Amino acid sequence: MESGISKLVVDLVSVAFEERGSKFQALAPVTMATEAGRFVSLIGPSGCGKSTLFNVIAGLLPPSSGRVLIDGEDFTGLIGRVGYMLQKDLLLPWRTVLDNIALGMEIRGAKLRDARAQAMPYLARYGLGGFELKYPATLSGGMRQRAALLRTLLIDTDVILLDEPFGALDAQTKEQMQEWLLQLWSDFRKTVVFVTHDLDEALFLSDEIHVMATRPGRIVETIAVPFDRPRDRSVVTTPEFARLKQHCLKLLSASHAIEDAA
Amino acid sequence: MTVSPTRPGVVLSKTIEAARPRRARRLPVQKPWPAWRIAGVQVGILILLLLAWEGAADSGVINAFFWSQPSAVFHSLIVFCVEGDALIDITTTFEETLIGFALGTAIGSMIGLSFWWSRNYAAVAQPFIICFESIPKLALAPLVILVFGIGLASKVAIATALTLVVTTLTVSSGVKAVDPDSERLFYSLGASRWQVFRKLVVPACLPWMISLLRVNIGLALTGAVVGEFIASQHGLGREIFYAGSTYDIALVWVAVLVLSTLSILMYLAVSALEKALRRGVLH
Ligand SMILES: Nc1ncnc2c1ncn2[C@@H]1O[C@H](COP(=O)(O)OP(=O)(O)O)[C@@H](O)[C@H]1O
Ligand SMILES: [Mg+2]
Repeated sequence: MESGISKLVVDLVSVAFEERGSKFQALAPVTMATEAGRFVSLIGPSGCGKSTLFNVIAGLLPPSSGRVLIDGEDFTGLIGRVGYMLQKDLLLPWRTVLDNIALGMEIRGAKLRDARAQAMPYLARYGLGGFELKYPATLSGGMRQRAALLRTLLIDTDVILLDEPFGALDAQTKEQMQEWLLQLWSDFRKTVVFVTHDLDEALFLSDEIHVMATRPGRIVETIAVPFDRPRDRSVVTTPEFARLKQHCLKLLSASHAIEDAA
Repeated sequence: MTVSPTRPGVVLSKTIEAARPRRARRLPVQKPWPAWRIAGVQVGILILLLLAWEGAADSGVINAFFWSQPSAVFHSLIVFCVEGDALIDITTTFEETLIGFALGTAIGSMIGLSFWWSRNYAAVAQPFIICFESIPKLALAPLVILVFGIGLASKVAIATALTLVVTTLTVSSGVKAVDPDSERLFYSLGASRWQVFRKLVVPACLPWMISLLRVNIGLALTGAVVGEFIASQHGLGREIFYAGSTYDIALVWVAVLVLSTLSILMYLAVSALEKALRRGVLH
Protein backbone atom coordinates (compact mmCIF):
# COMPACT_ATOMS: atom_id res chain seq x y z
CA MET A 1 0.00 0.00 0.00
CA GLU A 2 1.20 3.46 -0.84
CA SER A 3 2.17 5.44 2.18
CA GLY A 4 0.48 8.77 2.59
CA ILE A 5 -2.81 7.63 1.07
CA SER A 6 -5.49 6.90 3.64
CA LYS A 7 -7.84 3.99 3.26
CA LEU A 8 -10.98 6.09 3.55
CA VAL A 9 -11.16 9.84 3.11
CA VAL A 10 -14.30 11.89 3.53
CA ASP A 11 -13.39 15.13 1.82
CA LEU A 12 -15.50 18.19 2.65
CA VAL A 13 -18.77 16.26 2.39
CA SER A 14 -21.88 18.28 3.06
CA VAL A 15 -25.55 17.28 2.82
CA ALA A 16 -28.55 19.56 2.67
CA PHE A 17 -32.11 18.22 2.58
CA GLU A 18 -34.85 20.13 0.81
CA GLU A 19 -37.80 20.35 3.17
CA ARG A 20 -40.98 22.08 2.01
CA GLY A 21 -38.98 24.62 0.06
CA SER A 22 -36.54 25.39 2.87
CA LYS A 23 -33.09 23.89 3.08
CA PHE A 24 -31.97 21.86 6.06
CA GLN A 25 -28.23 21.50 6.48
CA ALA A 26 -27.86 17.97 7.87
CA LEU A 27 -24.07 17.90 7.44
CA ALA A 28 -21.76 20.89 7.30
CA PRO A 29 -18.64 20.12 5.29
CA VAL A 30 -17.11 17.16 7.13
CA THR A 31 -13.58 15.95 6.57
CA MET A 32 -12.19 12.76 8.01
CA ALA A 33 -9.32 10.44 7.07
CA THR A 34 -9.03 6.85 8.25
CA GLU A 35 -5.94 4.68 7.90
CA ALA A 36 -6.17 1.09 6.75
CA GLY A 37 -7.07 -1.46 9.40
CA ARG A 38 -8.14 1.02 12.01
CA PHE A 39 -11.22 1.04 14.16
CA VAL A 40 -12.73 4.50 14.41
CA SER A 41 -15.94 5.63 16.06
CA LEU A 42 -18.34 8.47 15.40
CA ILE A 43 -20.10 9.67 18.46
CA GLY A 44 -22.60 12.47 18.77
CA PRO A 45 -26.14 13.40 19.71
CA SER A 46 -29.08 11.93 17.88
CA GLY A 47 -29.75 13.76 14.61
CA CYS A 48 -26.20 15.01 14.11
CA GLY A 49 -25.96 13.25 10.78
CA LYS A 50 -24.07 10.04 11.59
CA SER A 51 -26.38 7.84 9.52
CA THR A 52 -26.47 10.49 6.80
CA LEU A 53 -22.68 10.43 6.60
CA PHE A 54 -22.76 6.63 6.36
CA ASN A 55 -25.31 6.79 3.57
CA VAL A 56 -22.98 9.11 1.67
CA ILE A 57 -19.94 6.86 2.19
CA ALA A 58 -21.97 3.81 1.09
CA GLY A 59 -23.02 5.63 -2.08
CA LEU A 60 -26.71 5.56 -1.18
CA LEU A 61 -27.04 9.33 -0.86
CA PRO A 62 -25.36 11.80 -3.20
CA PRO A 63 -23.75 14.55 -1.11
CA SER A 64 -24.51 18.20 -1.84
CA SER A 65 -20.78 18.73 -2.10
CA GLY A 66 -17.54 16.88 -1.42
CA ARG A 67 -16.05 13.51 -2.29
CA VAL A 68 -15.55 10.07 -0.80
CA LEU A 69 -12.14 8.60 -1.57
CA ILE A 70 -11.16 5.00 -0.97
CA ASP A 71 -7.48 4.20 -1.54
CA GLY A 72 -7.29 7.60 -3.17
CA GLU A 73 -9.92 6.76 -5.76
CA ASP A 74 -13.17 8.70 -6.03
CA PHE A 75 -16.14 6.52 -5.02
CA THR A 76 -18.70 9.28 -4.43
CA GLY A 77 -22.16 7.99 -5.30
CA LEU A 78 -20.99 4.45 -6.12
CA ILE A 79 -22.56 1.50 -4.31
CA GLY A 80 -21.03 -1.81 -3.33
CA ARG A 81 -17.55 -0.57 -2.42
CA VAL A 82 -18.02 -0.66 1.36
CA GLY A 83 -19.87 -3.02 3.69
CA TYR A 84 -22.68 -1.26 5.52
CA MET A 85 -24.68 -2.52 8.44
CA LEU A 86 -27.69 -0.28 8.86
CA GLN A 87 -29.22 0.67 12.17
CA LYS A 88 -31.74 -2.20 11.91
CA ASP A 89 -30.50 -5.77 11.41
CA LEU A 90 -32.72 -6.17 8.31
CA LEU A 91 -32.50 -9.95 8.26
CA LEU A 92 -34.92 -11.33 5.68
CA PRO A 93 -37.57 -13.35 7.53
CA TRP A 94 -37.98 -15.87 4.69
CA ARG A 95 -34.29 -16.80 4.62
CA THR A 96 -32.52 -19.02 7.10
CA VAL A 97 -29.69 -17.54 9.14
CA LEU A 98 -27.19 -19.18 6.82
CA ASP A 99 -28.89 -17.83 3.70
CA ASN A 100 -29.15 -14.38 5.24
CA ILE A 101 -25.43 -14.38 5.86
CA ALA A 102 -24.77 -15.69 2.35
CA LEU A 103 -26.91 -12.91 0.83
CA GLY A 104 -24.04 -10.49 0.38
CA MET A 105 -21.88 -13.00 -1.48
CA GLU A 106 -24.87 -14.11 -3.54
CA ILE A 107 -25.61 -10.56 -4.64
CA ARG A 108 -21.99 -10.13 -5.57
CA GLY A 109 -22.25 -12.97 -8.05
CA ALA A 110 -21.65 -16.20 -6.12
CA LYS A 111 -24.07 -19.09 -6.58
CA LEU A 112 -26.20 -19.58 -3.47
CA ARG A 113 -24.73 -23.05 -3.01
CA ASP A 114 -21.13 -21.73 -3.08
CA ALA A 115 -22.00 -18.77 -0.88
CA ARG A 116 -23.51 -21.16 1.67
CA ALA A 117 -20.46 -23.40 1.63
CA GLN A 118 -18.21 -20.40 2.13
CA ALA A 119 -20.26 -18.93 4.96
CA MET A 120 -20.84 -22.17 6.84
CA PRO A 121 -17.50 -22.42 8.72
CA TYR A 122 -17.77 -18.81 9.90
CA LEU A 123 -21.13 -19.42 11.55
CA ALA A 124 -19.65 -22.14 13.72
CA ARG A 125 -16.53 -20.13 14.48
CA TYR A 126 -18.36 -16.94 15.43
CA GLY A 127 -21.05 -18.18 17.76
CA LEU A 128 -23.86 -19.04 15.37
CA GLY A 129 -23.19 -22.79 15.23
CA GLY A 130 -26.43 -24.73 15.38
CA PHE A 131 -28.44 -21.75 14.16
CA GLU A 132 -27.64 -22.22 10.46
CA LEU A 133 -31.07 -23.47 9.47
CA LYS A 134 -33.09 -21.43 11.95
CA TYR A 135 -35.13 -18.44 10.85
CA PRO A 136 -34.35 -14.96 12.17
CA ALA A 137 -37.66 -14.68 14.02
CA THR A 138 -36.47 -17.39 16.42
CA LEU A 139 -33.20 -15.61 17.30
CA SER A 140 -32.40 -13.34 20.24
CA GLY A 141 -31.35 -9.75 19.65
CA GLY A 142 -27.67 -10.54 20.11
CA MET A 143 -27.79 -13.46 17.70
CA ARG A 144 -29.55 -11.37 15.08
CA GLN A 145 -26.82 -8.74 15.33
CA ARG A 146 -24.18 -11.42 14.94
CA ALA A 147 -25.86 -12.65 11.78
CA ALA A 148 -26.22 -9.13 10.36
CA LEU A 149 -22.56 -8.39 11.15
CA LEU A 150 -21.33 -11.58 9.56
CA ARG A 151 -23.34 -10.81 6.44
CA THR A 152 -21.56 -7.45 6.27
CA LEU A 153 -18.11 -8.86 6.98
CA LEU A 154 -18.19 -11.79 4.60
CA ILE A 155 -18.26 -9.70 1.45
CA ASP A 156 -15.06 -8.74 -0.30
CA THR A 157 -14.81 -5.16 0.93
CA ASP A 158 -12.09 -3.91 3.23
CA VAL A 159 -14.07 -1.01 4.70
CA ILE A 160 -17.14 -1.58 6.80
CA LEU A 161 -19.58 0.84 8.35
CA LEU A 162 -21.50 -0.19 11.45
CA ASP A 163 -24.40 2.03 12.47
CA GLU A 164 -25.19 1.56 16.18
CA PRO A 165 -25.13 -2.22 15.92
CA PHE A 166 -25.49 -2.77 19.65
CA GLY A 167 -27.81 0.13 20.43
CA ALA A 168 -30.79 -2.05 21.28
CA LEU A 169 -29.01 -4.70 23.36
CA ASP A 170 -28.96 -5.02 27.14
CA ALA A 171 -25.73 -4.08 28.92
CA GLN A 172 -24.47 -7.61 29.43
CA THR A 173 -25.10 -8.81 25.90
CA LYS A 174 -23.56 -5.59 24.65
CA GLU A 175 -20.26 -6.27 26.43
CA GLN A 176 -20.12 -9.80 25.04
CA MET A 177 -20.83 -8.48 21.58
CA GLN A 178 -18.10 -5.83 21.86
CA GLU A 179 -15.51 -8.46 22.66
CA TRP A 180 -16.88 -10.65 19.89
CA LEU A 181 -16.60 -7.74 17.46
CA LEU A 182 -12.98 -7.03 18.44
CA GLN A 183 -12.20 -10.71 17.82
CA LEU A 184 -13.75 -10.48 14.35
CA TRP A 185 -11.98 -7.25 13.61
CA SER A 186 -8.59 -8.66 14.45
CA ASP A 187 -9.32 -11.81 12.42
CA PHE A 188 -10.63 -10.03 9.35
CA ARG A 189 -8.29 -7.01 9.42
CA LYS A 190 -10.79 -4.61 7.98
CA THR A 191 -11.12 -0.88 8.39
CA VAL A 192 -14.13 -0.21 10.60
CA VAL A 193 -16.15 2.95 11.09
CA PHE A 194 -18.50 2.52 14.00
CA VAL A 195 -21.37 4.71 15.15
CA THR A 196 -22.50 4.65 18.74
CA HIS A 197 -24.28 6.67 21.40
CA ASP A 198 -22.31 4.98 24.11
CA LEU A 199 -19.03 6.64 25.20
CA ASP A 200 -17.73 3.60 27.06
CA GLU A 201 -18.32 1.51 23.98
CA ALA A 202 -16.51 3.98 21.73
CA LEU A 203 -13.53 4.22 24.09
CA PHE A 204 -13.29 0.48 24.62
CA LEU A 205 -13.42 -0.38 20.92
CA SER A 206 -11.74 2.41 18.97
CA ASP A 207 -8.34 3.68 17.94
CA GLU A 208 -9.84 7.04 17.25
CA ILE A 209 -13.07 8.84 18.09
CA HIS A 210 -14.66 11.62 16.07
CA VAL A 211 -16.93 13.64 18.30
CA MET A 212 -19.77 15.23 16.37
CA ALA A 213 -22.14 18.08 17.09
CA THR A 214 -25.47 18.97 15.62
CA ARG A 215 -27.07 21.84 13.64
CA PRO A 216 -25.34 21.57 11.36
CA GLY A 217 -23.85 18.10 11.78
CA ARG A 218 -20.07 18.38 11.98
CA ILE A 219 -16.98 16.85 13.61
CA VAL A 220 -15.85 19.03 16.51
CA GLU A 221 -12.83 17.07 17.63
CA THR A 222 -10.93 13.90 16.88
CA ILE A 223 -9.53 12.03 19.85
CA ALA A 224 -6.86 9.34 19.73
CA VAL A 225 -7.47 6.41 22.09
CA PRO A 226 -4.08 5.17 23.29
CA PHE A 227 -4.92 1.85 24.98
CA ASP A 228 -2.89 -1.20 23.95
CA ARG A 229 -4.41 -4.06 22.05
CA PRO A 230 -5.63 -6.66 22.61
CA ARG A 231 -7.67 -4.78 25.16
CA ASP A 232 -8.97 -6.16 28.35
CA ARG A 233 -12.26 -5.03 29.85
CA SER A 234 -10.28 -3.66 32.79
CA VAL A 235 -9.15 -0.59 30.80
CA VAL A 236 -12.48 0.96 31.63
CA THR A 237 -11.33 1.34 35.22
CA THR A 238 -8.06 3.17 34.44
CA PRO A 239 -7.70 6.89 35.18
CA GLU A 240 -6.78 7.54 31.54
CA PHE A 241 -10.10 6.07 30.45
CA ALA A 242 -11.94 8.26 32.94
CA ARG A 243 -10.04 11.33 31.76
CA LEU A 244 -10.86 10.68 28.08
CA LYS A 245 -14.47 9.99 28.93
CA GLN A 246 -14.65 13.23 30.89
CA HIS A 247 -13.20 15.11 27.94
CA CYS A 248 -15.69 13.61 25.46
CA LEU A 249 -18.58 14.34 27.79
CA LYS A 250 -17.50 17.94 27.97
CA LEU A 251 -17.40 18.17 24.17
CA LEU A 252 -20.83 16.60 23.86
CA SER A 253 -22.41 18.78 26.50
CA ALA A 254 -20.78 21.89 25.01
CA SER A 255 -22.49 21.19 21.73
CA HIS A 256 -25.75 20.75 23.62
CA ALA A 257 -25.24 24.07 25.40
CA ILE A 258 -24.80 25.85 22.07
CA GLU A 259 -27.91 24.17 20.79
CA ASP A 260 -29.90 25.22 23.86
CA ALA A 261 -28.71 28.81 23.57
CA ALA A 262 -29.70 28.94 19.91
CA MET B 1 -69.37 -2.39 64.01
CA THR B 2 -66.31 -0.20 63.73
CA VAL B 3 -65.31 2.96 65.48
CA SER B 4 -63.44 5.80 63.79
CA PRO B 5 -59.86 5.94 65.08
CA THR B 6 -59.69 9.73 64.76
CA ARG B 7 -63.11 10.51 66.23
CA PRO B 8 -63.88 7.92 68.84
CA GLY B 9 -67.55 7.34 69.26
CA VAL B 10 -68.50 7.87 65.62
CA VAL B 11 -69.87 4.69 64.20
CA LEU B 12 -68.58 3.78 60.74
CA SER B 13 -70.37 0.50 60.28
CA LYS B 14 -72.39 1.59 57.26
CA THR B 15 -69.53 2.62 54.96
CA ILE B 16 -67.35 -0.27 56.02
CA GLU B 17 -70.19 -2.66 55.32
CA ALA B 18 -70.58 -1.31 51.80
CA ALA B 19 -66.86 -1.53 51.03
CA ARG B 20 -66.49 -5.07 52.34
CA PRO B 21 -65.70 -7.47 49.49
CA ARG B 22 -68.28 -10.04 48.51
CA ARG B 23 -67.75 -13.68 49.27
CA ALA B 24 -65.13 -15.25 47.05
CA ARG B 25 -66.61 -16.88 43.97
CA ARG B 26 -65.50 -19.56 41.63
CA LEU B 27 -64.14 -18.49 38.23
CA PRO B 28 -66.87 -19.31 35.70
CA VAL B 29 -65.60 -22.14 33.53
CA GLN B 30 -67.16 -23.61 30.41
CA LYS B 31 -66.78 -27.30 29.92
CA PRO B 32 -66.10 -27.99 26.23
CA TRP B 33 -67.96 -30.88 24.64
CA PRO B 34 -66.03 -33.56 22.78
CA ALA B 35 -66.02 -33.12 19.01
CA TRP B 36 -68.37 -36.06 18.34
CA ARG B 37 -71.01 -34.55 20.56
CA ILE B 38 -70.88 -31.19 18.78
CA ALA B 39 -71.05 -32.92 15.40
CA GLY B 40 -73.93 -35.05 16.63
CA VAL B 41 -75.94 -32.02 17.73
CA GLN B 42 -75.22 -30.33 14.40
CA VAL B 43 -76.45 -33.32 12.40
CA GLY B 44 -79.48 -33.55 14.66
CA ILE B 45 -80.41 -29.92 14.00
CA LEU B 46 -79.97 -30.45 10.25
CA ILE B 47 -82.25 -33.50 10.28
CA LEU B 48 -84.85 -31.63 12.31
CA LEU B 49 -84.82 -28.73 9.85
CA LEU B 50 -85.21 -31.08 6.87
CA LEU B 51 -88.04 -32.96 8.61
CA ALA B 52 -89.76 -29.67 9.44
CA TRP B 53 -89.43 -28.56 5.82
CA GLU B 54 -90.81 -31.89 4.57
CA GLY B 55 -93.66 -31.82 7.05
CA ALA B 56 -94.54 -28.20 6.35
CA ALA B 57 -94.65 -28.88 2.62
CA ASP B 58 -96.77 -32.03 3.05
CA SER B 59 -99.27 -30.34 5.34
CA GLY B 60 -99.49 -27.28 3.11
CA VAL B 61 -98.03 -24.80 5.63
CA ILE B 62 -95.59 -23.77 2.90
CA ASN B 63 -96.28 -24.01 -0.79
CA ALA B 64 -94.36 -26.99 -2.15
CA PHE B 65 -94.61 -25.57 -5.66
CA PHE B 66 -92.37 -22.63 -4.74
CA TRP B 67 -90.27 -24.21 -2.02
CA SER B 68 -90.15 -27.82 -3.11
CA GLN B 69 -89.36 -30.35 -0.38
CA PRO B 70 -86.40 -32.55 0.68
CA SER B 71 -87.81 -35.79 -0.71
CA ALA B 72 -88.34 -34.18 -4.12
CA VAL B 73 -84.89 -32.61 -4.01
CA PHE B 74 -83.34 -35.97 -3.20
CA HIS B 75 -85.22 -37.60 -6.05
CA SER B 76 -84.12 -34.82 -8.38
CA LEU B 77 -80.53 -35.24 -7.25
CA ILE B 78 -80.58 -38.93 -8.23
CA VAL B 79 -82.08 -38.10 -11.61
CA PHE B 80 -79.58 -35.27 -12.15
CA CYS B 81 -76.66 -37.54 -11.38
CA VAL B 82 -77.84 -40.60 -13.24
CA GLU B 83 -79.67 -39.23 -16.28
CA GLY B 84 -78.88 -35.52 -16.22
CA ASP B 85 -75.87 -33.43 -17.14
CA ALA B 86 -74.25 -33.56 -13.71
CA LEU B 87 -70.76 -34.42 -14.90
CA ILE B 88 -70.56 -32.00 -17.80
CA ASP B 89 -72.14 -29.19 -15.74
CA ILE B 90 -69.70 -29.67 -12.89
CA THR B 91 -66.62 -29.91 -15.09
CA THR B 92 -67.70 -26.87 -17.13
CA THR B 93 -68.12 -24.64 -14.09
CA PHE B 94 -64.99 -26.06 -12.50
CA GLU B 95 -62.92 -25.41 -15.60
CA GLU B 96 -64.15 -21.84 -16.05
CA THR B 97 -63.51 -21.06 -12.41
CA LEU B 98 -60.07 -22.56 -12.32
CA ILE B 99 -58.82 -20.87 -15.49
CA GLY B 100 -60.27 -17.51 -14.43
CA PHE B 101 -58.75 -17.92 -10.97
CA ALA B 102 -55.30 -18.75 -12.34
CA LEU B 103 -55.32 -16.00 -14.97
CA GLY B 104 -56.65 -13.32 -12.63
CA THR B 105 -54.24 -14.18 -9.84
CA ALA B 106 -51.22 -14.46 -12.12
CA ILE B 107 -51.85 -11.38 -14.27
CA GLY B 108 -52.94 -9.30 -11.27
CA SER B 109 -49.78 -10.26 -9.38
CA MET B 110 -47.61 -9.37 -12.35
CA ILE B 111 -49.26 -5.97 -12.76
CA GLY B 112 -49.00 -5.30 -9.03
CA LEU B 113 -45.33 -6.29 -8.95
CA SER B 114 -44.57 -4.23 -12.07
CA PHE B 115 -45.42 -1.06 -10.14
CA TRP B 116 -42.18 -1.47 -8.21
CA TRP B 117 -40.14 -0.79 -11.31
CA SER B 118 -41.21 2.79 -11.87
CA ARG B 119 -42.86 5.19 -9.49
CA ASN B 120 -43.98 7.36 -12.42
CA TYR B 121 -45.62 4.46 -14.18
CA ALA B 122 -47.34 3.46 -10.92
CA ALA B 123 -48.61 6.99 -10.41
CA VAL B 124 -49.99 7.14 -13.96
CA ALA B 125 -51.65 3.73 -13.69
CA GLN B 126 -53.19 4.28 -10.25
CA PRO B 127 -56.42 6.13 -11.26
CA PHE B 128 -57.13 3.65 -14.04
CA ILE B 129 -56.89 0.74 -11.62
CA ILE B 130 -59.16 2.47 -9.14
CA CYS B 131 -61.71 3.21 -11.88
CA PHE B 132 -61.66 -0.39 -12.98
CA GLU B 133 -62.05 -1.42 -9.35
CA SER B 134 -65.10 0.79 -8.86
CA ILE B 135 -66.98 -0.60 -11.90
CA PRO B 136 -69.43 -3.28 -10.80
CA LYS B 137 -67.91 -5.82 -13.14
CA LEU B 138 -70.85 -8.18 -13.04
CA ALA B 139 -72.95 -5.40 -14.57
CA LEU B 140 -70.74 -5.63 -17.62
CA ALA B 141 -71.25 -9.39 -17.93
CA PRO B 142 -73.81 -9.13 -20.78
CA LEU B 143 -71.29 -7.07 -22.74
CA VAL B 144 -68.57 -9.63 -22.09
CA ILE B 145 -70.87 -12.39 -23.38
CA LEU B 146 -71.46 -10.41 -26.55
CA VAL B 147 -67.75 -9.94 -27.12
CA PHE B 148 -66.49 -13.38 -26.08
CA GLY B 149 -69.45 -15.53 -27.09
CA ILE B 150 -71.46 -17.98 -25.02
CA GLY B 151 -68.68 -20.52 -24.58
CA LEU B 152 -65.84 -20.95 -22.12
CA ALA B 153 -64.03 -17.71 -23.01
CA SER B 154 -66.72 -15.34 -21.73
CA LYS B 155 -67.02 -17.06 -18.32
CA VAL B 156 -63.25 -17.12 -17.97
CA ALA B 157 -63.15 -13.42 -18.85
CA ILE B 158 -65.67 -12.51 -16.16
CA ALA B 159 -63.94 -14.67 -13.54
CA THR B 160 -60.59 -13.15 -14.50
CA ALA B 161 -61.91 -9.59 -14.33
CA LEU B 162 -63.30 -10.18 -10.85
CA THR B 163 -60.05 -11.59 -9.46
CA LEU B 164 -57.55 -9.50 -11.36
CA VAL B 165 -58.36 -6.13 -9.83
CA VAL B 166 -58.32 -7.28 -6.22
CA THR B 167 -55.04 -9.03 -6.87
CA THR B 168 -53.45 -6.00 -8.52
CA LEU B 169 -54.48 -3.70 -5.68
CA THR B 170 -53.37 -6.09 -2.95
CA VAL B 171 -50.02 -6.88 -4.52
CA SER B 172 -49.32 -3.21 -5.17
CA SER B 173 -49.96 -2.59 -1.46
CA GLY B 174 -47.42 -5.33 -0.81
CA VAL B 175 -44.94 -3.59 -3.08
CA LYS B 176 -45.45 -0.32 -1.24
CA ALA B 177 -44.89 -2.07 2.08
CA VAL B 178 -41.39 -3.29 1.13
CA ASP B 179 -39.06 -1.77 3.71
CA PRO B 180 -36.96 0.98 2.05
CA ASP B 181 -34.17 0.17 4.49
CA SER B 182 -34.05 -3.39 3.18
CA GLU B 183 -33.76 -1.97 -0.31
CA ARG B 184 -30.93 0.21 0.93
CA LEU B 185 -29.20 -2.84 2.39
CA PHE B 186 -29.41 -4.59 -0.98
CA TYR B 187 -28.03 -1.61 -2.83
CA SER B 188 -25.25 -1.16 -0.28
CA LEU B 189 -24.19 -4.71 -1.13
CA GLY B 190 -24.00 -3.61 -4.76
CA ALA B 191 -27.25 -5.21 -5.95
CA SER B 192 -28.79 -4.53 -9.36
CA ARG B 193 -32.45 -3.56 -9.63
CA TRP B 194 -33.25 -7.03 -10.93
CA GLN B 195 -31.58 -8.60 -7.89
CA VAL B 196 -33.57 -6.38 -5.55
CA PHE B 197 -36.74 -7.36 -7.40
CA ARG B 198 -36.00 -11.09 -7.42
CA LYS B 199 -34.56 -11.48 -3.97
CA LEU B 200 -36.44 -8.83 -2.01
CA VAL B 201 -39.61 -7.52 -3.67
CA VAL B 202 -41.03 -10.82 -4.92
CA PRO B 203 -40.49 -12.78 -1.70
CA ALA B 204 -41.74 -9.86 0.38
CA CYS B 205 -44.96 -9.79 -1.68
CA LEU B 206 -45.52 -13.55 -1.71
CA PRO B 207 -47.47 -13.63 1.57
CA TRP B 208 -49.82 -11.01 0.11
CA MET B 209 -50.39 -13.16 -2.96
CA ILE B 210 -50.91 -16.30 -0.92
CA SER B 211 -53.51 -14.55 1.22
CA LEU B 212 -55.40 -13.73 -2.00
CA LEU B 213 -55.85 -17.33 -3.10
CA ARG B 214 -58.88 -18.06 -0.93
CA VAL B 215 -60.57 -14.78 -1.77
CA ASN B 216 -59.95 -15.27 -5.46
CA ILE B 217 -61.34 -18.80 -5.74
CA GLY B 218 -64.68 -17.55 -4.40
CA LEU B 219 -64.68 -14.54 -6.73
CA ALA B 220 -63.81 -16.66 -9.75
CA LEU B 221 -66.66 -19.07 -9.00
CA THR B 222 -69.11 -16.18 -8.69
CA GLY B 223 -67.91 -14.79 -12.02
CA ALA B 224 -68.28 -18.11 -13.78
CA VAL B 225 -71.79 -18.77 -12.43
CA VAL B 226 -73.06 -15.28 -13.28
CA GLY B 227 -71.67 -15.69 -16.80
CA GLU B 228 -73.57 -18.95 -17.10
CA PHE B 229 -76.77 -17.31 -15.91
CA ILE B 230 -76.65 -14.92 -18.82
CA ALA B 231 -75.85 -17.25 -21.67
CA SER B 232 -74.32 -20.70 -21.84
CA GLN B 233 -74.92 -24.27 -22.86
CA HIS B 234 -73.56 -26.03 -19.80
CA GLY B 235 -72.60 -25.36 -16.23
CA LEU B 236 -74.22 -25.30 -12.80
CA GLY B 237 -75.22 -21.66 -13.24
CA ARG B 238 -77.07 -22.53 -16.40
CA GLU B 239 -78.71 -25.47 -14.65
CA ILE B 240 -80.01 -23.21 -11.88
CA PHE B 241 -81.25 -20.64 -14.39
CA TYR B 242 -82.91 -23.25 -16.59
CA ALA B 243 -84.54 -25.06 -13.67
CA GLY B 244 -85.85 -21.78 -12.26
CA SER B 245 -87.37 -20.70 -15.53
CA THR B 246 -89.16 -24.06 -15.90
CA TYR B 247 -90.42 -23.98 -12.27
CA ASP B 248 -88.39 -27.10 -11.44
CA ILE B 249 -87.58 -25.86 -7.93
CA ALA B 250 -86.24 -29.20 -6.77
CA LEU B 251 -83.65 -29.03 -9.52
CA VAL B 252 -82.71 -25.48 -8.46
CA TRP B 253 -81.96 -26.83 -5.00
CA VAL B 254 -79.98 -29.71 -6.45
CA ALA B 255 -77.82 -27.41 -8.54
CA VAL B 256 -77.28 -25.04 -5.61
CA LEU B 257 -76.32 -27.99 -3.46
CA VAL B 258 -73.83 -29.29 -6.00
CA LEU B 259 -72.45 -25.78 -6.54
CA SER B 260 -71.93 -25.29 -2.80
CA THR B 261 -70.17 -28.63 -2.57
CA LEU B 262 -67.90 -27.67 -5.46
CA SER B 263 -67.22 -24.32 -3.81
CA ILE B 264 -66.34 -25.93 -0.49
CA LEU B 265 -64.09 -28.49 -2.14
CA MET B 266 -62.21 -25.83 -4.09
CA TYR B 267 -61.92 -23.69 -0.97
CA LEU B 268 -60.45 -26.61 0.94
CA ALA B 269 -58.02 -27.38 -1.88
CA VAL B 270 -56.87 -23.77 -2.03
CA SER B 271 -56.51 -23.65 1.76
CA ALA B 272 -54.32 -26.72 1.60
CA LEU B 273 -52.31 -25.13 -1.19
CA GLU B 274 -51.99 -21.97 0.89
CA LYS B 275 -50.76 -23.93 3.86
CA ALA B 276 -48.20 -25.78 1.75
CA LEU B 277 -47.01 -22.54 0.15
CA ARG B 278 -46.71 -20.79 3.48
CA ARG B 279 -44.64 -23.64 4.80
CA GLY B 280 -42.50 -23.65 1.66
CA VAL B 281 -42.12 -19.91 1.28
CA LEU B 282 -42.21 -18.65 4.83
CA HIS B 283 -40.47 -21.59 6.49
N1 LIG C 1 -34.18 11.89 3.75
C1 LIG C 1 -34.16 12.92 4.63
N2 LIG C 1 -34.88 14.05 4.38
C2 LIG C 1 -34.89 15.07 5.25
N3 LIG C 1 -34.21 15.09 6.39
C3 LIG C 1 -33.46 14.02 6.71
C4 LIG C 1 -33.41 12.87 5.85
N4 LIG C 1 -32.60 11.95 6.42
C5 LIG C 1 -32.17 12.49 7.59
N5 LIG C 1 -32.68 13.73 7.76
C6 LIG C 1 -32.39 14.63 8.89
O1 LIG C 1 -31.00 14.81 8.97
C7 LIG C 1 -30.59 14.83 10.32
C8 LIG C 1 -29.52 13.80 10.55
O2 LIG C 1 -30.12 12.51 10.52
P1 LIG C 1 -29.31 11.19 10.82
O3 LIG C 1 -28.14 11.15 9.92
O4 LIG C 1 -30.24 10.05 10.73
O5 LIG C 1 -28.86 11.42 12.32
P2 LIG C 1 -28.14 10.40 13.34
O6 LIG C 1 -27.93 9.11 12.63
O7 LIG C 1 -26.89 11.06 13.74
O8 LIG C 1 -29.07 10.27 14.52
C9 LIG C 1 -31.83 14.63 11.18
O9 LIG C 1 -32.25 15.86 11.66
C10 LIG C 1 -32.82 14.04 10.22
O10 LIG C 1 -34.12 14.45 10.56
MG1 LIG D 1 -28.71 7.20 12.99
